[in-house]
Amino acid sequence: MSERFAARAAAVAAVAAKYADEVDSDARPPLEAVEALKQQRLLSVSVPTQYGGEGATMRELSDIATTIGAADANAGMVFAMHHSQALILWRHGSLAGVRTTMRKVLEEEWLLGSATTERGIGGDARRSNCALEYPAPGRVKVVKDAPVISYAEASDAILVTGRVNVDAPDSDQRMLICPKGDFHLEKTGTWQALGLRGTASDSFILTAETSEDMLLDDDYGTISAHTALPTAHLLWSSVWLGIASSAAEQARSTVRRQARAAIGFPPPGQLRLAELMVDLQSFADTVRHSAEHFDRVAGDPTALGSISFALSMNAVKVTSANAVVDLVLKALRIVGIAGYRTDTPQSLSRQVRDALGAPIQINNDRLLTNNAPLALMAKVDL
Amino acid sequence: MSEHTYGDRLAIREALQQFGRLNRPVAELADETDLFSVGFTSHATVNVMLAIEDALGIEFPDELLNRSTFVSIEALASAIEISRGQA
Repeated sequence: MSERFAARAAAVAAVAAKYADEVDSDARPPLEAVEALKQQRLLSVSVPTQYGGEGATMRELSDIATTIGAADANAGMVFAMHHSQALILWRHGSLAGVRTTMRKVLEEEWLLGSATTERGIGGDARRSNCALEYPAPGRVKVVKDAPVISYAEASDAILVTGRVNVDAPDSDQRMLICPKGDFHLEKTGTWQALGLRGTASDSFILTAETSEDMLLDDDYGTISAHTALPTAHLLWSSVWLGIASSAAEQARSTVRRQARAAIGFPPPGQLRLAELMVDLQSFADTVRHSAEHFDRVAGDPTALGSISFALSMNAVKVTSANAVVDLVLKALRIVGIAGYRTDTPQSLSRQVRDALGAPIQINNDRLLTNNAPLALMAKVDL
Repeated sequence: MSEHTYGDRLAIREALQQFGRLNRPVAELADETDLFSVGFTSHATVNVMLAIEDALGIEFPDELLNRSTFVSIEALASAIEISRGQA
C-alpha cells in the first residue's frame, strides 16, 4: 500500500472492525467509522492540491478503500461512494455553490451521498423521470422518488440527478447538489438486505429546493462517463478486494493452525490456500492497474469519453464482482465449519453475504449488455 | 531480559533441532550464529516457525515473517517477545 495514507486508513479500519458486526446485525450506517473518517480527514483526501486538499490519486483512494473494506465493507462502501461524488465537484463544477460545497468537504469533512436511481426507470441511472424546476430567479427545485439513497440520513449533502427541465427528454439530465437544510427526506422503505446491510440504502422521497449555483456545469451523461461511473467501479472494486483479502486472511490463519498440529505434513487446505493467493494477487493487480489507468487519463476528456475506456472500466467492475464471490467462497471451503458458523471468530458470514451483492448492485449483466454493442466497435486495450 | 527468555531459547533450539535441517548440531551453535550459514533455508523456516508457535502458544505477526527474524536464535527470541507484546 502507498505509504502516504496508510496509518490514517489503518486507524479508521480499526474503528470500523470494532463495530462491523453490530452495524451488520442492526442494518445501520457505520457512524463510528464515518466519525473516524472525518477525524482522520479522509473524506477530504481527494480534494486537489490547488484547492488546498491533499490530492489523493485514484490509486491512493483504491488502497484506502481496500484497507477499510477489509475491516468493514459497509464503511468501505461509504468511503467509496463519498469520493465518487466528491470528485464530481471539482471535475465538473465551477459555480459558487459548488465551490462552497467543496470547501465544506475540505474544512468540515462533509459526507456526500447521491440519489441517481429513481422509481419507474428500471435501475438505469442515465434516465430520470423527475425534472428540475425553477420556482424563482436563482432557485431550483426537485422532487425525486428514490428507491435507494445510501446513508442518506448521515449525509451532509446529496447529489441528485433530474431532467434539466420539465420539457426535457428523460436522458437529458443535470446534477444538483442539495446541502443539508435544503432537502427533506420522507422515508418510504428500509434497506433489509442479505449483505452490505450497513450502507442503509433506504428508500426516500427527496424534496429539495436550493440555489441555482448548486448545479454542476456538465450534463450528467458526461459526469457519468468521465467520473461517476468509472470511479464508482474502481472504488467499489477496491472495497471488494478488501472483502476478499479479509476472507483469504482467515483462510491463511486456519491453514497455519492446521499446519502447526502436524508439522511436516501439510494439511490439504495448503494447496487450496496457495491457489487462493494466486487468485487474490491477480484480483489486486486488476484493480490497482485500472486505478492507475484512471489516474493516467483523469484529465483527458477525449480518453475518458472513448469507447475503450468505458469498456475497460466496465470490465474491472465485472471482473472484480465475480472475483470477490469466487474468492470468498473458496476461502469458506478452506476455513470450513468455523467459517460457516455465524458465532465464531473465524466466521465468514459477513464476507460471504457482503460479496454476494457485488454482481447484483449495478448488475454485471446490465454492464455486459451495455458493452455488447461497443464490443463490436473497439478492441480491448491491451 | 524477560521471564520467558530461558524457555523461549529452549523452544527455539528444540524447533531448530527437529525441523531446521541444519548441517551442524544445534547444541554447537551460539545464540548469535547466522543460521543461514549452517544450512538453514527459507523452506525450513516455515516448519521452525510453526513448531515455535505451537510450543509457546503464540503467533508471529505478518511483519515479522521475513528473513531477518530467522537469522539467529537471538533474532528469533526477540521476535517471540514482540509477538507476545502484540497478542
